[in-house]
Amino acid sequence: MTNLTSQAPLQDLHDAYLADTRRNNLRWLGVVFVFLFLVFLFSWIAEVSPLKFWKNIGNFNSYIDRIFHLDSGDWVVLHPAEWFWGFKKWFLLMLETILMAYVGTFFGCLGALVLCFLASQNITKSKTAVFICRRFLEFSRTVPELVFALIFVYAFSLGPLPGVLAITIHSTGALGKLFAEVVENIDMKPVVGIVSCGGNWWQKIRFGVIPQVLPNFASYTLLRFEINVRGAAVLGFVGAGGIGETLMTAIRRFYYSDVSALLVMIVVTVMLIDVATEKLRHSMMEKESLR
Amino acid sequence: MSTLNLNEHDANLKEQFPQYFATFSIARVKTLFVLLALLIVLVIGIHQLEIKWDRIFTGMQRLGDIVILMFPPDPGWGPLFKSYIDAMVETISIAFLGTFMAAIIAIPLSLLAARNTNLHRLLQFLSRRTFDTLRGIDILIWALIWINVVGLGPFAGVLAIICSDVGSFGKLFSEALEAVDKNPTEGIQSSGGNRLQQIQFGVIPQVLPVFFSQILYFFESNTRSATIIGIVGAGGVGFILSEQIRSLEFQQLSFVILLILITVSLIDLLSARLRHALIQPH
Repeated sequence: MTNLTSQAPLQDLHDAYLADTRRNNLRWLGVVFVFLFLVFLFSWIAEVSPLKFWKNIGNFNSYIDRIFHLDSGDWVVLHPAEWFWGFKKWFLLMLETILMAYVGTFFGCLGALVLCFLASQNITKSKTAVFICRRFLEFSRTVPELVFALIFVYAFSLGPLPGVLAITIHSTGALGKLFAEVVENIDMKPVVGIVSCGGNWWQKIRFGVIPQVLPNFASYTLLRFEINVRGAAVLGFVGAGGIGETLMTAIRRFYYSDVSALLVMIVVTVMLIDVATEKLRHSMMEKESLR
Repeated sequence: MSTLNLNEHDANLKEQFPQYFATFSIARVKTLFVLLALLIVLVIGIHQLEIKWDRIFTGMQRLGDIVILMFPPDPGWGPLFKSYIDAMVETISIAFLGTFMAAIIAIPLSLLAARNTNLHRLLQFLSRRTFDTLRGIDILIWALIWINVVGLGPFAGVLAIICSDVGSFGKLFSEALEAVDKNPTEGIQSSGGNRLQQIQFGVIPQVLPVFFSQILYFFESNTRSATIIGIVGAGGVGFILSEQIRSLEFQQLSFVILLILITVSLIDLLSARLRHALIQPH
């Protein structure tokens, strides 16, 4: 008797559960179907052929094998001096790459600092100024760095200068957006307090906004620097300075052991900068949380 | 009278909180030193990279000329227009295939790298370093290497995106797996669920939304990357861009850049919507 009364609602629940899972499964089936369709369509457009891949995957293995062997046929690690024969030249180029990233990040950060206040609704009252500023930032971060570099190389001639400018513009756009988001999320009470005591625009920014946003700004800038080092390493592909040009020549002309040496240098540098900036950011955040 | 009161008030405040009125403090000196060091590196950089005013000035003039030449954007109606659209579709295909194949490869590999799914320390360490190396090499460099293997064309671009993204996804996915809350798994175990059921009902519902939003986010960013890998010959709209700059067809160039901007923002919009639709029900 008790069994019957408790069974009926349970049965309903069970049916509802089954219906629900069935609906859910059908939805997922639909998603998978659309997804597979897209995969086949796009594979056809992008000329992806598994056959070609299987035929050539041996090439990839032998390529990797070859870049780790010297012309004499020896394993590169056995003769480090011969492997890194151009170390002095490459090291200077790597330094140039890092400097390009540094100068570009510096000026990009300055540009973002100026524009982020104009792009924040809570600081700038003029809606048109905010709109124009935001579209400008959007434009400069959506056009890829390398496209800017291509155009700048034509205008400023070959060398690191067009690379630095490309990094600057791209960083202004990327940092400007992030900075503006930070500024829009600040506590407005200090700002209102300064304005009500008769503070002007500069005092409002300096004493009301900056103290609240500085840690975040610094953290984002460091992150951007790291990204820019990676970016600067390939700007040389279009002639905009740094180590990229040497690397491209090595890959295109099949200087096998040079390719691996340059790749090792780039990867190690990027990892070191990665670790260093992360430590710096953590130490800054700790200081912030101690306050 | 009132000014006198105010002055008195100020004096009181100064007495109470001397640290806020000091003009000299260790912290300030430190900040100044950091700023000075940053500026010195900047000056060295400007000197070493041969950034000079006259070069910037003449370059800006030429840049101004180029910008004037860019207007109005010329869609090159006819076969040219069709080739631009085709190249853009190819770009999206490269990004799509690269992102999703990388995700499919990275999911099992991330199980190797996560602390809670793989107890083998050495394998964990090796898979993590592999991810780091894959990520440390830029997509463009991967593209150049794959061109040597499969030849020029979009397939090399797809493989380049896969290589670089397996590194990023592996890291992000293994971090998501490590952040999984153990309580649901233990609950399923205590009510008699086996290992597979624990994963199906305890782990997957937690990580799936994170995986999805990461994949969509990377799809967005890969669309941007796919527009430039054509510059080295790995398919997509980048090849057209570099050709137009080389042959100084600036009106067409500005149209293609416009096309890229529109496509990228459309994909941003679409993926934001999809992300909300996929994540909200959970």
